[in-house]
Amino acid sequence: MIPRPKPQKDRLRRTMMFMNAQKPGLIKDAYIYGCDSIMLDLEDAVAENQKDSARFSLYHALKTIDYGDTEVIVRINGLDTPHWQEDIRVCVAGGADGIRIAKCESAQDVITVEKAVEAAEEEFGVEKGRTLLMAALESPKGILNAYEICAASDRMLGVAISGGDFRKCMQTKPTRDGIDMVTARGMMLIAARAAGVQCFDTVFTDLDDEEGFRAEVQQNKAMGFDGKSLINPKQIRYVHEVFAPTEKEIIQAEQMVSAFRENAAKGLGVFTVNGKMVDIAFIPGAERTLRLAKACGLYEGDLV
Amino acid sequence: MKNAVGRDIPEELLVNGKEVYQGKNYLDGKYIQKVGPKTRRYEKPQESKIVDSLAQALRDCGAKSGMTFSFHHHLRDGDYVVNMVMKAAIEELGLEDLTIAATSLGSAHDPIADYIEQGKVIGIQTSGIRGRMGEVVSAGKLKTPAIIRSHGGRPRAIEAGEVHIDIAFVAAPTSDCVGNCRGIGGKSDCGSMGYAMTDAKYADHVVVVTDCLVDFPNYPASVEAIDVDAVVVVDSIGNPKKIASAAARISQNPRDLMMAEDVARVIASTPYFKEGFSFQTGVGGPSLAANLFLEKLMDERNIKMGWAIGGICGPMVELLKKGKVGKVIDVQDFDLDAVHSINQTPNHFEMSASQYANPANKGAFVNKLDFVVLAALEIDTDFNVNVLTGSDGVLRGAPGGHPDTAAGSKVCIIVTPLTRGRMATVCEHVVTVTTPGDCVDVLVTDYGIAVNPLRPDLIECLDKAGIKHVSIESLKEKAYSLVGRPDDLQWEDKVVAVLEARDGTILDVVKKIKPYKL
Amino acid sequence: MEIKKTAMAGTLESSDAQVTVEPGNGTVELELSSSVMNQYGRQIKETVLATLERLEVDNAKITVVDKGALDCTLAARIECAVFRSCDKADKDIPWGGMIR
Repeated sequence: MIPRPKPQKDRLRRTMMFMNAQKPGLIKDAYIYGCDSIMLDLEDAVAENQKDSARFSLYHALKTIDYGDTEVIVRINGLDTPHWQEDIRVCVAGGADGIRIAKCESAQDVITVEKAVEAAEEEFGVEKGRTLLMAALESPKGILNAYEICAASDRMLGVAISGGDFRKCMQTKPTRDGIDMVTARGMMLIAARAAGVQCFDTVFTDLDDEEGFRAEVQQNKAMGFDGKSLINPKQIRYVHEVFAPTEKEIIQAEQMVSAFRENAAKGLGVFTVNGKMVDIAFIPGAERTLRLAKACGLYEGDLV
Repeated sequence: MKNAVGRDIPEELLVNGKEVYQGKNYLDGKYIQKVGPKTRRYEKPQESKIVDSLAQALRDCGAKSGMTFSFHHHLRDGDYVVNMVMKAAIEELGLEDLTIAATSLGSAHDPIADYIEQGKVIGIQTSGIRGRMGEVVSAGKLKTPAIIRSHGGRPRAIEAGEVHIDIAFVAAPTSDCVGNCRGIGGKSDCGSMGYAMTDAKYADHVVVVTDCLVDFPNYPASVEAIDVDAVVVVDSIGNPKKIASAAARISQNPRDLMMAEDVARVIASTPYFKEGFSFQTGVGGPSLAANLFLEKLMDERNIKMGWAIGGICGPMVELLKKGKVGKVIDVQDFDLDAVHSINQTPNHFEMSASQYANPANKGAFVNKLDFVVLAALEIDTDFNVNVLTGSDGVLRGAPGGHPDTAAGSKVCIIVTPLTRGRMATVCEHVVTVTTPGDCVDVLVTDYGIAVNPLRPDLIECLDKAGIKHVSIESLKEKAYSLVGRPDDLQWEDKVVAVLEARDGTILDVVKKIKPYKL
Repeated sequence: MEIKKTAMAGTLESSDAQVTVEPGNGTVELELSSSVMNQYGRQIKETVLATLERLEVDNAKITVVDKGALDCTLAARIECAVFRSCDKADKDIPWGGMIR
């Protein structure tokens, strides 16, 4: 049994890589590629008649594999299927860090899952509230209800848009400039920020189209996403590169955080850094920049 | 007697001056007496050496029971010639007690396993053995232990008379009527014929087997008419689809790519990575993919590769055509891009196995190599590598040029995933030592990099470049923590194969495996 | 658990194992083949028998075709096959209890 630290809601999640929970060769060490989160999939990747088998496989993977610092999230089957309750039981019993709710359309969906999670935590003696939730928005209704979904539970770590299903609903196809999803992405981002949770973009499925992938990642970063879902480890590197802070940003953040800590010790809440007024409101952002920099191997200090 | 890699070599093998492995370069500076073949004079002007059949060629060359026939393996898994010749010798001429000395053998030669079981073939000398042949030899059915040599060790042994070839059979994609052979221009092209060259020079008789007769003179020739006794034209010498793949594609496997990138970073961290450096890589997934990342680093530093050697495939030809490598010297070709490039693309040349790797000559290419990137079935905590025996102790691999390039190069990098299925690649003791650890410098795995403590200079290079590395013991422990500690294989006393180091000393032996009982 | 009917789980892909359970003749009868038999046959057998014991299966014929699966995969495949043979694989699995 590998004890896992308590999941953190606001941890770094630049890259969330999908892995079929049914494939032993894949899940045994998906963490070696350095993604921030792996997403073990009980939903689309697993055939309808292998859902049971995938759970047994998932349970033992969660219990025996040392995923280290990599977050382990499980994508469960939709609430319109006969599978999701047992999916939740196995996730909680196995100690998954979080659960991704597929095809989430309302706050009620989150609450339904939360209740089942709570019951499972009770059943398996897991600390109440340990298991985090995130929602995949896959329909126009999900996008329209994004804020209530994000705010539906304290366990919510974030929302992700799922491009395949969403585009089907909208009768669109992927475009180079992302115009097909720009509104949905924007609405979801605003909702997530308003609710104070993270926000992730969908997968880019054409592995041969490197240029298209890069354009999309750059747009993700520019729009303010926290990270992106991925289907192949070879996509990880570029996302991390794009999401890495610049040297200037790192130095500035370092100065702010150290100035804040010095001044806080003296009881000062507002101070200047390089002639610029800084108060406590800047600090979480600066700390986030440093954590990001550290994860990218660009910062070796001890402020975070 | 224990050798320098800790392997116990049975005393009865240490006869006729055979020694156990003593460490690399042990025989440096010693003299060898080369032997010459006994060959027939062809003084009279002759129209043609073409004979009707393999059986006729065998008779003309005085084939007898007890002889040694040699073959080369450029037709790889597509080869028909070994089986054809042995069938004619055994079933038409009724010969027995034959020894096959091949540059390598593969699953194309499964039928030979029957001749071994029947006791018609009693000796095998090769660099590689796979498929059913590997199984029957491992089961102890070959009368004498198979002798496994590296690609460099073989020409050394031939020149020193340790292998005497009675008849060399040269599978030739094209030949003229007197036996000038080339690896291109026919229907079963293989490109370089480098491994056949030493055989042809040192065999008493040479028979060319071709499926494409061309006008005299077939020039420039890889094997020359001056060494050839007979030419046999057959319908087909091999299956082109299995001789050379369409194009060796660089792996898209993310694990391979991750390791390949680390290999390139390690290379670039050393002082040998400079204008004009030399390089060889295997064609396995991560080894070949290293080309891709190396090219990027060469561009970044604005340097070019001086020369590359080895078995060659498309990606290296690409680099040559782009002007990023000065010369490619080629002993074997793995795909059609390479086959069609040799002697056609400027600066793409052919070389013999002896030029490539023979440690006893005066200037083998391997001894001037800066970097070699190689795969492994297993590597142990002393950096000894096994590329011959599987985890069940059965012969199913080929040292090939592995030990030669490892010993000759300035930096030998082994790249392999830490585990394959439930097999720990990094382990306590390899099943068989095929490349001694004193020749291996760096190990790159998907779980981390380890540097041989014998190379503190490389450790310093990696540290300076900020490349993390760990001890090989910790990688072994990680592997065992994933797959469990393997039980030791159970052997009988009978030696089924003797593994020679490239200098001819005995590196290891393979014994008969005990049938496994639960 | 009582093996009620023949059931199967797993695949023949590398790193996986295919497990078939059938009603037994009063004992546990194991048929094992493995791509890593010489090095891991003993450990695989131990894992199979320990898993069956944990599942309280004492009357079954079990066939394991192992393709280099890790112990955790072997256990998962055996458990799934046994639960399938009892039509109990879909819900209320005793995670952390019998399955651990």
